[in-house]
Amino acid sequence: MSHAISKNHNGNGASPRSLFVENLEKAYTKGNLILKGLTFEVHGETTVGIIGPSGTGKSTLLRCINRLIEPTSGKIIVAGQDITSLSGTRLRLARRHIGMVFQEFNLVERLSVIENVLCGRLGYLPSWRAWLRKFPQEDINQAFKLIDQVGLGEFATQRADSLSGGQRQRVGIARAMMQNPDVIMADEPTSSLDPKTSVEIMELLKQVSATQHIPVLINIHDVNLAQRFCDRIIGMSQGHIVFDGPPSELSPEHLKQIYGGEDWLA
Amino acid sequence: MTTRTETRTPFKPNWAARLGWLGVLAYCVYAGMSLDFTWSRFIDGLANGAKFLGEMIPPNFERWRLLISNLVETVEIAVIASAFGIAASLPIGLCGARNLMPEWMTWPSRTFIAICRSFHPVIFAILFVKAVGFGPLAGILTLIFLTIGFIGKLFCEAIEEISLKPVEAIKAAGAPFMSVLVFGVLPQVFNRFIGFATYQFDANLRNSTMVGIVGAGGIGGTLFAAFQRFDYDFLAAILIAIIALIMVSEYISLKIKAIFND
Repeated sequence: MSHAISKNHNGNGASPRSLFVENLEKAYTKGNLILKGLTFEVHGETTVGIIGPSGTGKSTLLRCINRLIEPTSGKIIVAGQDITSLSGTRLRLARRHIGMVFQEFNLVERLSVIENVLCGRLGYLPSWRAWLRKFPQEDINQAFKLIDQVGLGEFATQRADSLSGGQRQRVGIARAMMQNPDVIMADEPTSSLDPKTSVEIMELLKQVSATQHIPVLINIHDVNLAQRFCDRIIGMSQGHIVFDGPPSELSPEHLKQIYGGEDWLA
Repeated sequence: MTTRTETRTPFKPNWAARLGWLGVLAYCVYAGMSLDFTWSRFIDGLANGAKFLGEMIPPNFERWRLLISNLVETVEIAVIASAFGIAASLPIGLCGARNLMPEWMTWPSRTFIAICRSFHPVIFAILFVKAVGFGPLAGILTLIFLTIGFIGKLFCEAIEEISLKPVEAIKAAGAPFMSVLVFGVLPQVFNRFIGFATYQFDANLRNSTMVGIVGAGGIGGTLFAAFQRFDYDFLAAILIAIIALIMVSEYISLKIKAIFND
């Protein structure tokens, strides 16, 4: 990361880029726990694939980490800062250090690629400058650099709605990197993409983790893809973590435990 | 072949709807009779109309100075009212959007919009003439409220229809609320808002020719006076001027939309 970016990085960047989740619980309705006491920690350069059946709370887990969804209880510590105790402006400032990549890309369709990537910088910019679209030149340079890095150099000024799915997800990843985050969370980043593009996106996420030395958490349905690209797999079932280890240790027995049944494994 | 096959129709007869149409038709006949709307009256009316039209031709542009100054005032009323009305509609419409704002903010704003919408401009104009006296100020206030009622509601609905996905992403990046608005919300509604605004400016121009009838400034006052004095040739001149004005504004709003459309 450039010096210019880290200059704006208020404190968190100094401590190791890590994520602790301790005894995290979430109930949407009282007494009905979706997440039942999750505990794990991730340090530095790691890609973590979170697998599990639909409705088991994978998306809820990621959204609890940046508190787009309020956790019911438990502790979340990103780069040394306790996220769960924050509110208002301090929560907003903490969110800047948590990048997020979405299944449906969540780009502003009518804005250009460069504008979408700069959106990742809005947390660092006073609102009046956002209204005047006056981003610091170093942010603009950084945005162009990231767009080149994700391979979209020639599309920088094209509108997001003119891009293909894979290209849009690259914009989404560049936007998350623009935050100079301590951790990136990707919620089903490949589920809207074809198999070839999915592989490219997973490669890119792995590369981001390596170059930024940050943990990248990836919710993913494709177990093979997860095993191929992730350093670590967390298997969730019915709100519990039932597997946590390297992909090589993930056995059919585990998969049976995670997804239930066994016919699909044949 | 002698087997009888039953005809199957894909469309079910809807007897309730048929009865409904019949009912509407019957009511129209009944209402027409009770309002003494008869053929002979229509024929008599035609003769009257022909006489009226005859007196309108040729239009009399002798008092063109008055006409021009009235037109200028009409345009001024419309422009000022549109500018202030649209500017006010933005925050009011935003505050009413239930997908972005908390309930304690949406209901006052939605109530205000509903009140603005509940009266016809003529009623507003009469109220404001009573409140601030004869003249263009009453007309301007009338059209401002009219604009808020219309644009505020449309804008509010446009915001409620946006995709919240980019909003979620920008929020997740830690952007302050006002920045979320300018990058996540505004780009999604800007085009439609330009459309609403130009449409409303058109409507305001038309309405500003009317508010004068109740004394709220603009060309409407002169129009009404010409009517009352049976000054039909001058009346024709006024009507032609209004048509020309509206056509010019149609052209301008087309141009404005073309600039912002992409």
